[in-house]
Amino acid sequence: MSLELRANLVALQTIVAREVHRFLRIWPQTLLPPAITMVLYFVIFGNLIGGRIGEMGGFPYMDYIVPGLIMMAVITNAYGNVVSSFFGSKFHRSVEELMVAPLSPHTILVGYVLGGVLRGLAVGTIVTLLSLFFANLQVHHLGLIVLVVLLTSTIFSLGGFVNAVFARNFDDISIIPTFVLTPLTYLGGVFYSIDLLPPFWQAVSLGNPILHMVNAFRYGILGVSDIGIGTAIAFMLVATALLYAYCLRLLVSGRGMRQ
Amino acid sequence: MSSALSIRQLTKTYANGFQALKGIDLEVAEGDFFALLGPNGAGKSTTIGILSTLVNKTGGSVQVFGHDLDRDPAGLKRCLGVVPQEFNFNQFEKTLDIVVTQAGYYGIPARIAKARAEQYLTQLGLWEKRDVPSRMLSGGMKRRLMIARALVHQPRLLILDEPTAGVDIELRRSMWSFLSELNRQGITIILTTHYLEEAEQLCRHIGIIDHGRIVEHTSMRELLKTLHVETFLIDLKEPQLVEPQLAGYPSRLVDDHTLEVQVEKSRGMTALFSQLEQQGIEVLSLRNKTNRLEELFVSLVERNLDGVAP
Repeated sequence: MSLELRANLVALQTIVAREVHRFLRIWPQTLLPPAITMVLYFVIFGNLIGGRIGEMGGFPYMDYIVPGLIMMAVITNAYGNVVSSFFGSKFHRSVEELMVAPLSPHTILVGYVLGGVLRGLAVGTIVTLLSLFFANLQVHHLGLIVLVVLLTSTIFSLGGFVNAVFARNFDDISIIPTFVLTPLTYLGGVFYSIDLLPPFWQAVSLGNPILHMVNAFRYGILGVSDIGIGTAIAFMLVATALLYAYCLRLLVSGRGMRQ
Repeated sequence: MSSALSIRQLTKTYANGFQALKGIDLEVAEGDFFALLGPNGAGKSTTIGILSTLVNKTGGSVQVFGHDLDRDPAGLKRCLGVVPQEFNFNQFEKTLDIVVTQAGYYGIPARIAKARAEQYLTQLGLWEKRDVPSRMLSGGMKRRLMIARALVHQPRLLILDEPTAGVDIELRRSMWSFLSELNRQGITIILTTHYLEEAEQLCRHIGIIDHGRIVEHTSMRELLKTLHVETFLIDLKEPQLVEPQLAGYPSRLVDDHTLEVQVEKSRGMTALFSQLEQQGIEVLSLRNKTNRLEELFVSLVERNLDGVAP
């Protein structure tokens, strides 16, 4: 292994350890809120309202929405981890510590993305464990479940990175989650099957990336999906590649970091 | 002796059109202690920003120990440690973590990083504060923390941008002795400072930058030689009501116990003391009115101001 590669691996390990340490240190802000929110979703939408809805897609409503709710937690936490951490480092200028070091831009980007993915996985695991108290979870295709969670958290970590690069103040890091992520998640088939929608809105929904992720994940758990799994995975792979290339370009140009 | 830093025709024009650097050339030899001086806005921090890759240059070339900024930025960064003017660390992280993490960014394994962090934090009097969040440190401690962080990868060239700004005199002197020791160990040091006494005491060579141009680039000794007239303040034992007449020495009474005298180097001071003695004036002590380098600095910058079109 070359000296340069070994140095970059140590640096990568350092960034990831710092990111994990950060979200574990402030666990009441990072790990606890999604657990409480999801328990409320399980109780209100699953137990109280879901009991009156009956079945969806051939499953009790509670079982049907649990995969979507897990994905919702993974998406918001992967995104939130990178956007707040990277913008925070820009805000108090500690990003300069990274910029002056002989690091490959790949190392910086992969480090932050892994931090987001690990928080997404941590929250996803907590929410999954909590859901066992409310729903009868199955595992239809374990490999697919793992693949979809990894791809989804990677995509939204990269999205969070883009947001952080362009953000100039703390308001800018909450605009995208509030006005883009939340509506797309709610309209992404978390709570319903798109079969319930008129044909026009079904077609519109297919343009929502979160619909593909939620349905692929639901297929991994329940074995049902509104869309083709191959299409969903291909979509996620292409999105990951494009976003990664864009983030790398932003890092190399030093946008928002170098004068 | 080989070159630690070589800058050729370096230019920087910011997005708003402001031309911060107008083609500077600078050479710093390996092992030197170099002062980069200039008034506020002269281009010192822009130069340091370009060296540390936090500012993109517009033109020109930069080499640190032969590593070119464009062709081998990673090699250049490994040779360079920078202590910036502004605090640029996470205020919520602990003192030790900041130094160890920075070592990690340079690819230094944790075990070595921790040993080096202990060494530098101890030398800089911060080891006791290793578990304290950095926001709880005093201003002087934060500056020392940035020095420890800049040294942890053992750079061959250390650049300090006003490291003693806002630091009390006792601490400043201990930092001077620490930096002198580093320089004795072979680390090349470039220092920017507004305390010209600091530059005169520590540095062997000097570059003065003003309006984005180098207006002086020489050894400290040569520069100080060009100072033809020094101004002294003489403390008198007895109060003087009438200004003494001192032939060849323009003077004025600052107050009844203090005499300000201008002394040309070629004339010396023997005749001055003879005249004072003849007039029965007893001298208690003598001191420079301003630092010698400060007198030169002001004259150089003023001369440049006269010669520069707005």
